[in-house]
Amino acid sequence: MLDARDMVKRRLGLRLWLSGGWLVLLLLAALMAPWIAPHDPLEQDLFTSRLPPFWMAGAEPGYWLGTDSLGRDVLTRIMYGARVALIVALVAGTATMLIGAALGLIAGYYRGWPDMVISRLIDIWMAFPPVLFAILLIAVLGTGLTSVIIAIIVIDWTRFARVVRAEAMAQGAMDYVASAQVAGQRRLGIMLREILPNVLPTIVALLTLEMGIAVIVEAILSFVNLSISTDDPTWGGMIAEGRTSIHQAWWVLVFPLAALFLTVLSFSQLGEGLKDRFDPVLR
Amino acid sequence: MSAFLSIRNLSAVLKGGPPLLRSVSLDVAAGEVRGLVGESGAGKSMIGKAVLGILPRAVEVVEGEIWLDGVDLLRLKPTERRRRIGATAALIPQDPMTALNPSRRIGPQITDRLVDILGWRRAAADARALELLEQVHIPDPARVMRAYPHELSGGMRQRVLIASAFAAEPKLIVADEPTTALDVTVQKQILRLIAQMQARHGTALLFVTHDLGVVSKICGTLSVLYAGKVVEDADVRDFFAAPAHPYSAALLAATPRYTDPKAGLNPVPASVIKAVDAEISAFDRGWRNG
Repeated sequence: MLDARDMVKRRLGLRLWLSGGWLVLLLLAALMAPWIAPHDPLEQDLFTSRLPPFWMAGAEPGYWLGTDSLGRDVLTRIMYGARVALIVALVAGTATMLIGAALGLIAGYYRGWPDMVISRLIDIWMAFPPVLFAILLIAVLGTGLTSVIIAIIVIDWTRFARVVRAEAMAQGAMDYVASAQVAGQRRLGIMLREILPNVLPTIVALLTLEMGIAVIVEAILSFVNLSISTDDPTWGGMIAEGRTSIHQAWWVLVFPLAALFLTVLSFSQLGEGLKDRFDPVLR
Repeated sequence: MSAFLSIRNLSAVLKGGPPLLRSVSLDVAAGEVRGLVGESGAGKSMIGKAVLGILPRAVEVVEGEIWLDGVDLLRLKPTERRRRIGATAALIPQDPMTALNPSRRIGPQITDRLVDILGWRRAAADARALELLEQVHIPDPARVMRAYPHELSGGMRQRVLIASAFAAEPKLIVADEPTTALDVTVQKQILRLIAQMQARHGTALLFVTHDLGVVSKICGTLSVLYAGKVVEDADVRDFFAAPAHPYSAALLAATPRYTDPKAGLNPVPASVIKAVDAEISAFDRGWRNG
């Protein structure tokens, strides 16, 4: 019994360590890219085009993950691409959470007309196909990092609002809320002090999930060339370029794809791990 | 108005639905313990909730007055009512498992009201909470103050809730079936504890229960409820000697006795139900016409 619990604990720990480790590594690489990246991300050199990664025959030292068809270093471009991906993940993820969770909390706890308005808004929002909506938004706002972030917030706030609303409703029916009401607490105070802490583990889990989704959305938008300017390296842009030379140089496609995959997976695993570890009810 | 809590002709309906409370009147004098008994669905808890201002959204009070300490709560503005109730009344809830916030420590959950509504200083409030936890016989109260609810057993939590209810020295406490969710051995202790605390603090108590045995142990007066209508209002001693209304007599006879294991159960006879139902419909007709 005790052993089994230890095992679960260790596994949770490992999950947190692995996902957290990758994200920290990525963050460091992104922050320090100008100093530690082996090459210039935009420097083209046709004499060193399509060099394979370091373990294959024909690799050049200094080009660890090979080069693309224009001779640009893949590792360097992944590191610079991580900057865009992480900025989008952090800023868009957090802003989406703040807006969505606040609306969800108000709808779920206050009910009545605020709930009517917010719920109908959610219904309307959900009827739009998200990627099409994003492309439409970018077309209106123009390309650029800010537009990508705004598009993600505008599309995805409903994810938070829906889940948080349901959770806040369930918590609002608990006796401890009635007790706080009898004790003379204000509605706003009850929402923030009694309900919010119980919804917080869910919000954190959703936030990390949302960060992963933001990374994917950014990649999709840069894949279709609607993210930031084409010159700056983004993972989506690299994947789009790598697609054209998959038979001659698979590494141009596979490495950014792997970075994207690991990052999204890490975000969701981090959320699950944090929830398991810090939810006082589960603990 | 001599009674501390005085409910006058309180009627409530489910919005767009049937009546839940039918012109309920009852008084609780200062320091009195009044039992509120009835079958499930009779509206016992509804009355308690109405007094404390925590009626579910779907319930609407259509008429009546609730006088608490000389003020009609139903005529106050929501903010004023909230403050008034917070300063004079408290609740001992039914289910200790959901009545404490799972993600907050015990200490602040007791002291919130003292600090926020009554304006105590934090240190004084903490000292008060410790004192109360001692009064409800919680071992190592300092540790419990820092604990989360999930670290305590059901009985312990109910003790914490009792301490919390008495902490602000309210003049009235509504106990909503406080022993129903506990197992039998703990029930007895908790009941004795509530009686003890009530005597010590001289608080008026509105004790909602379906258990006449509990009423006989701690209440001085009782109101019997059927379908949201008070059918009998009596002194406990008189009631157990000779209940006045046929329904309450049948209810009393239906209480299982554990002295004779072979004796069967005595359900409330159909004739009694029919009579009391007729009484209710007659009342409803008069209500609609008048």
